[in-house]
Amino acid sequence: MTTIEPVPYVTEQRSRRSYKDRLGTLLPKIVLAPSFAITLVFVYGFILWTVYLSFTRSRILPIYELVGFDAYYNLWSQPSWYMAIKNLAIFGVLYISFCIVIGLTIAILMDQRIRAEGVLRPIFLYPMALSFVVTGTAWKWFLNPGLGLEKTMHNLGWESFKFDWLINTDMAIYTIVIAGVWQASGFIMAMFLAGLRGIDGEIIKAAQIDGAPTFAIYRRIIIPMLRPVFLSAIIVLAHMAIKSYDLVIALTGGGPGNATELPSTFMYSYTFTRSQMAVGSASAVMMLMGITAIIVPYLYSELREKRS
Amino acid sequence: MSAPSDTVSAGSARTTRLVIYTLLLVLAAIYLLPLYVMLTTSFKSLAEIRGGDMLALPRDPSLDSWFKAWGEACIGVTCEGIKGYFWNSIKMVVPAVLISTVLGALNGYVLTKWRFPGHKLVFGLMLFACFIPFQAVLIPMARVLGIFGMANTTSGLVFVHVVYGLGFTTLFFRNYYEAFPDELIKAAMMDGAGFFKIFWRILLPSSGPIIVVTVIYQFTNIWNDFLFGVSFSSGAESPMTVALNNLVSSSTGVKEYNVDMAAAVFAALPTLFVYIVAGRYFVRGLMAGAVKG
Repeated sequence: MTTIEPVPYVTEQRSRRSYKDRLGTLLPKIVLAPSFAITLVFVYGFILWTVYLSFTRSRILPIYELVGFDAYYNLWSQPSWYMAIKNLAIFGVLYISFCIVIGLTIAILMDQRIRAEGVLRPIFLYPMALSFVVTGTAWKWFLNPGLGLEKTMHNLGWESFKFDWLINTDMAIYTIVIAGVWQASGFIMAMFLAGLRGIDGEIIKAAQIDGAPTFAIYRRIIIPMLRPVFLSAIIVLAHMAIKSYDLVIALTGGGPGNATELPSTFMYSYTFTRSQMAVGSASAVMMLMGITAIIVPYLYSELREKRS
Repeated sequence: MSAPSDTVSAGSARTTRLVIYTLLLVLAAIYLLPLYVMLTTSFKSLAEIRGGDMLALPRDPSLDSWFKAWGEACIGVTCEGIKGYFWNSIKMVVPAVLISTVLGALNGYVLTKWRFPGHKLVFGLMLFACFIPFQAVLIPMARVLGIFGMANTTSGLVFVHVVYGLGFTTLFFRNYYEAFPDELIKAAMMDGAGFFKIFWRILLPSSGPIIVVTVIYQFTNIWNDFLFGVSFSSGAESPMTVALNNLVSSSTGVKEYNVDMAAAVFAALPTLFVYIVAGRYFVRGLMAGAVKG
C-alpha cells in the first residue's frame, strides 16, 4: 500500500498543474481578447461596413444592394464637396504653418532661461484643455461683428475698423484658422520646447565660442536638429485638421452658406440631415484615406525606429 | 572674452532680454484674451454688453447669467438650463474613463510582459484605431446602438467612448510598462506568482504616474467630445458640449451673450480645473498621444 499510494497523488497533481499551466499561458490572451475583438469589430469591421455602404444607393436607411461607384461619382460632382476640399486645403496649410511658426517662436523665446516660465507655459497651453465647442463659442463672441473686436476698436477711436469675417463668405474660413491656431499652437510650443531641451548644450557652446551669432546658431544648428519635432508636429496637426468638426460647428456652423464646409461637416450633413447615406459614406472613406496616407507611414517609421 | 566686447554684449544682452520678456508678455496677453472676455462677459448685464466695451471690466458684476445658464436657460424645448446636461456628461465620463483605463492597463501589461507571436500586429491594429476619422464608423455605430436599444442613452455613449479610447489607453500603458524591468516579473514568476498577482502586486503599485496621465487624457477627451455626443444622443440625453452648442447657436428670442458665456465657462470648468491642478500630467499625456512608439 505504501508504495502505491503516492502514485495517484503524483498523477493527480501533475494533471492539475498542466491544466493550470495551460490556463496560465492562455490567461494573458484571454485578458487581451475582448479589447482586441472590440477593436476588430467596431473599428475595422465598421470601416468595412462604411466602405460597403459607399458602394450602395443608401439614402435615409442603408440599402445593401451594390451599385458600384455611383456614390463616388455623385460625391465628386457636388460643388459643396469641392468647397470642403478647398477649405480643408486652406485651413490645413495655414493652421499647420501658423501653429508651427508661432509654436516654435514661443518655444525659442521660452528657452532663453526665462524667469517666469512656470507661469507663462500654462498660459500658452490652457486652450488645449478646452473643448472645441467652448473655443468656438468664445471666438464667435470675440469676433462678433458689431459687439466684439470691431466695437472695441471703434471705442478706441479707430472708427473705420471693420471686422466681419464671421459673416463674410470669403473670409469666414480664416476665423477657423485663428481659433484653431489659438487652441493648438501652445501644444506645438510644448513639443518644440521639449525638443529644444533635448539638444546637447555642448554643440551650441562650441558654436558660441567660434563666435557665431545667436540667430545663426538657431538657423543653422538648432532648428535643423529639431527635424523630428517638425515631422511630429506636422503629422499631429494634419491629423487634427482633417478631423476638425466641432470647431467649425461651434464657430460658423459651416456657414455663411457653405463657406466653411469641411469634409467632416460635409459627411455629417449628407449622412444625417440630407439623407444621402451612400454619399456620406463615400466622403468618410475619402477622409479615412487621407488620414491613412499621413498616419500609416509615420506609425510605421516610429515603431521601426524603436525596434532598432 | 576681452573687456570691451564684454561690456557691449552686456548692454545688448539687456536689450535682448527686454525684447524677449515684452514679446512673451504680449503673447501671453493675447492667449488669455478670449478667456478674459468670456469671463467678464458672463458677469455683465445685457445692457452693458450692448452699450459697453468687450474688454472693459464689468461695472457691477453679477452672477445672474451664471444662475440662468445653470438652471433656466432654454435649450431646445426645455428651459431648465444646462445642469441636466452637465450631469449627463459626468455620468458618461466617469464610467468611460474608469473602464477604458482598467482595460488599457491590462492590455499594456499583456503586450509587454506576456508577449505572444503577433503581439506587434495586435498593438499596431489597436494603435491605428486611435487615429481613424470617426466619420468612418459613425453610420455603423448609429445602426448598432439602435439595434441594441442603446441609441440616445448614456450607457451607449459610455460604450462608444470606451471602444474608441482603448487604443490610447493601451498605448499609454504599453509604453510605460515597456520600461519596467522584466527581471522583477521573472523573479515573481519563480516565486510562483500568477498573472494577476504580478500585475496587482508588482506593476500596479508603480503605475501611479501613468494612471494619472491616462485618466486626465481620457477625462479631457471624453468631456470635450462633441461628434459622438451629437451623433448618438439628442434632447435631454445630450452631453454638455452638445447642449452648449444648441444654446449658443439657437436663434430664437433675444441673444443673451452673457448666458452663453456663462454656459461656456461651465463646460470649460472641469477640464480647466484638471489642467490647473495637474497640468504636468496633462502635458505628458498630450505628448504621449502625439509622439508614438
